[in-house]
Amino acid sequence: MTTEAIMDQNLDLPEDPAIAEAPPQVDNLDALESEAIHIFREVAGEFDRPVILFSGGKDSTVLLHLALKAFRPAPVPFPLLHVDTGHNFEEVLQFRDELVSRHDLRLVVERVQDWIDGGRLSERPDGTRNPLQTQPLLEAIEQNRFDAVFGGGRRDEERARAKERVFSLRDSFGQWDPRRQRPELWNLYNGKHRAGEHMRVFPLSNWTELDVWRYIQREKIELAELYYAHRREVFDRDGMWLTSGPWGGPREDEQVVEKTVRYRTVGDGSCTGAVESEAYTVDDVIAEVAASHLTERGATRADDRMSEAAMEDRKREGYF
Amino acid sequence: MTDETETLTRFAPDSGTEVALPVHTDLLRLATAGSVDDGKSTLVGRLLHDTKSVLADQLEAVHRASADRGLSQPDLSLLVDGLRAEREQGITIDVAYRYFATPKRTFVLADTPGHVQYTRNTVTGASTAQLAVLLVDARKGVLEQTRRHAAVLALLGVPRLVLAVNKIDMVDFDESVHASIAAEFAEHARALGYSDDHVVTVPVSALHGDNVVERSERTPWYTGPSLLEHLETVPVAPDPHDAPFRLPVQYVIRPRTAEHPDYRGYAGQVAAGVVSEGDEVAVLPGGARSRVAKVDTPDGSAPSAAAGRSVTVLLEDDVDIARGDVIVSAASQPRVTDEIEATVCWLAEKPLAPRARVLIKHGARTVQAKVTELSTRFDEQELSGVGSPERLELNEIGKVRFQTSESLPVDEYANSKRTGSFIVLDPSDGSTLAAGLVGVPLAPLAAAAAD
Repeated sequence: MTTEAIMDQNLDLPEDPAIAEAPPQVDNLDALESEAIHIFREVAGEFDRPVILFSGGKDSTVLLHLALKAFRPAPVPFPLLHVDTGHNFEEVLQFRDELVSRHDLRLVVERVQDWIDGGRLSERPDGTRNPLQTQPLLEAIEQNRFDAVFGGGRRDEERARAKERVFSLRDSFGQWDPRRQRPELWNLYNGKHRAGEHMRVFPLSNWTELDVWRYIQREKIELAELYYAHRREVFDRDGMWLTSGPWGGPREDEQVVEKTVRYRTVGDGSCTGAVESEAYTVDDVIAEVAASHLTERGATRADDRMSEAAMEDRKREGYF
Repeated sequence: MTDETETLTRFAPDSGTEVALPVHTDLLRLATAGSVDDGKSTLVGRLLHDTKSVLADQLEAVHRASADRGLSQPDLSLLVDGLRAEREQGITIDVAYRYFATPKRTFVLADTPGHVQYTRNTVTGASTAQLAVLLVDARKGVLEQTRRHAAVLALLGVPRLVLAVNKIDMVDFDESVHASIAAEFAEHARALGYSDDHVVTVPVSALHGDNVVERSERTPWYTGPSLLEHLETVPVAPDPHDAPFRLPVQYVIRPRTAEHPDYRGYAGQVAAGVVSEGDEVAVLPGGARSRVAKVDTPDGSAPSAAAGRSVTVLLEDDVDIARGDVIVSAASQPRVTDEIEATVCWLAEKPLAPRARVLIKHGARTVQAKVTELSTRFDEQELSGVGSPERLELNEIGKVRFQTSESLPVDEYANSKRTGSFIVLDPSDGSTLAAGLVGVPLAPLAAAAAD
């Protein structure tokens, strides 16, 4: 062996024997993934009728991916629930249905439109249906006797969410009482609840928007296409690029233009805006999110701009 | 997206270099604590703001809300006090979790309230923290609440402390004020068992930013790192991999499909140590023995998996295992007992009385339990014990003996946090009553209990 080869070999040896002996560290995404899987399994072990809230959006797609991993090679032992505002993006609904059939899952859909048609809810003057989801959601939970409902909410999204537990108890009216939250210690989750109460469970609590995107990249998770840059006809309302749809098109004073945009969040079409973007791939999106000066809700959600406590108020009423 | 072959090719821990490193592999979990009005939320807001973790729309909202309140400069505490009641009262009520990153490290921060009635949230934040930042007001120095919080942090095994002497501008950046507070706190920390190099004191002004991110020119006598510099560089102790293997079984995976007719896997998160193919294990509390046939991770089979990883373990023998059982290293097993001596932090309004009937959740098992003895109430100020108290009130810490309806495999909290901890639940309404730690994991309290 030449001297050079020996030196090369030596270079491969770690200098610190302590480092050499340590097993591979669990990295940030692995830690978040393992935590989420632990939460899914805990719910499967402690509850009778869990359900995953699933819209076909980015966070719920990641949630489903984690659920599949948690129980592999067995199927996911829960159905899915979607509260359809009637203002959803057609391509997201299609994507939702594709995923459901690909994984042979059961999907329960509760339609806000049915509630409006039946006179149980009335349309708001501003046309936004996000706040209208709460009653149909609670009704679906009660009718199906779901006792644990998984949501994709993250604490980094919003100030009120930052205060929520992973296991968040709701009373028989679905209400969240931030002053009476149970302390959550170590990774010991308390799933006890009385008849009529249910638990909202947030496996992505500790993820940031960037973590979600890096995980999508790492796991090669397929998303609805409108999360990536595409050409779209949009109009400007309150500084957001809205698209026309069943929720109402542009008003007379609003001019339609074609832009290259993508969506950072996907919710009710009447209040979810697109952002101008050239991010065509997941790598582009990660670069864009990392450099962004706006939060995803701030950039694209009119409903959170209503008041300082908009989210807290909706959550207290039973919203996610 | 569930194609196993695709994910398997990417998972290569033993080949080392093939796996692309993420942006941040280094994560520090920290908690803040301190008395009310010490400026914790302002400090956290300042950290977020000065690390550019606050985005434009969030900052705009704070500016708007501050102006609405007639303030001349933005109140950064509004960034973190997320609840209506908190903003109205100007205090933090509940733990808020914050996420920020610098080029050096990713941080998960549990911002906990200072009000005495919310001390239980400090326990919550501290249960997973690797470091705690304790705040004091430079004008007031070390208070009762400071000593209490430090004791709680020590009890829960938070490895490192930072004392942030806040409002240093209000004492004219006086070195002697800082020095005397630092000395007083150092003595208390030493009594709690902290070595000097695990405790750092930094003079800061959260309001003006001195020594929070940048070192301040107004404290020339201070030669240490800024708070953020310290947080970025302080060594993070990894989960001890040399601890004996523990896996609380959460769920039994049995697909019974044509493809996997006989698969029977025990799913859980490795609580301590490492599990490898071929390891000899015992299943507790029953005591059956077997060998690990296969370790399935979220990314397919692997030769081994370490603490923190969610796995599914398959055994060579057909053993009867259900949720709640614990798979452990056969060579080094925990004690299996229905008599548990433990330290409890009482977190409920309803006091603990001797002979109370409760539920205990340990790992993935919940059992009935009876309080057979309430032997000591600890005084976190004096680090002394009061024998045979009649009850344990909200926020009090005491030594308790439980008798459980089924035997539990427990480790001492001091040796293995995950398998040495449990929560105490109210059987009537399911609420969480207490945090339980097996043994008395804090030396001065153990001494006090023995007296």
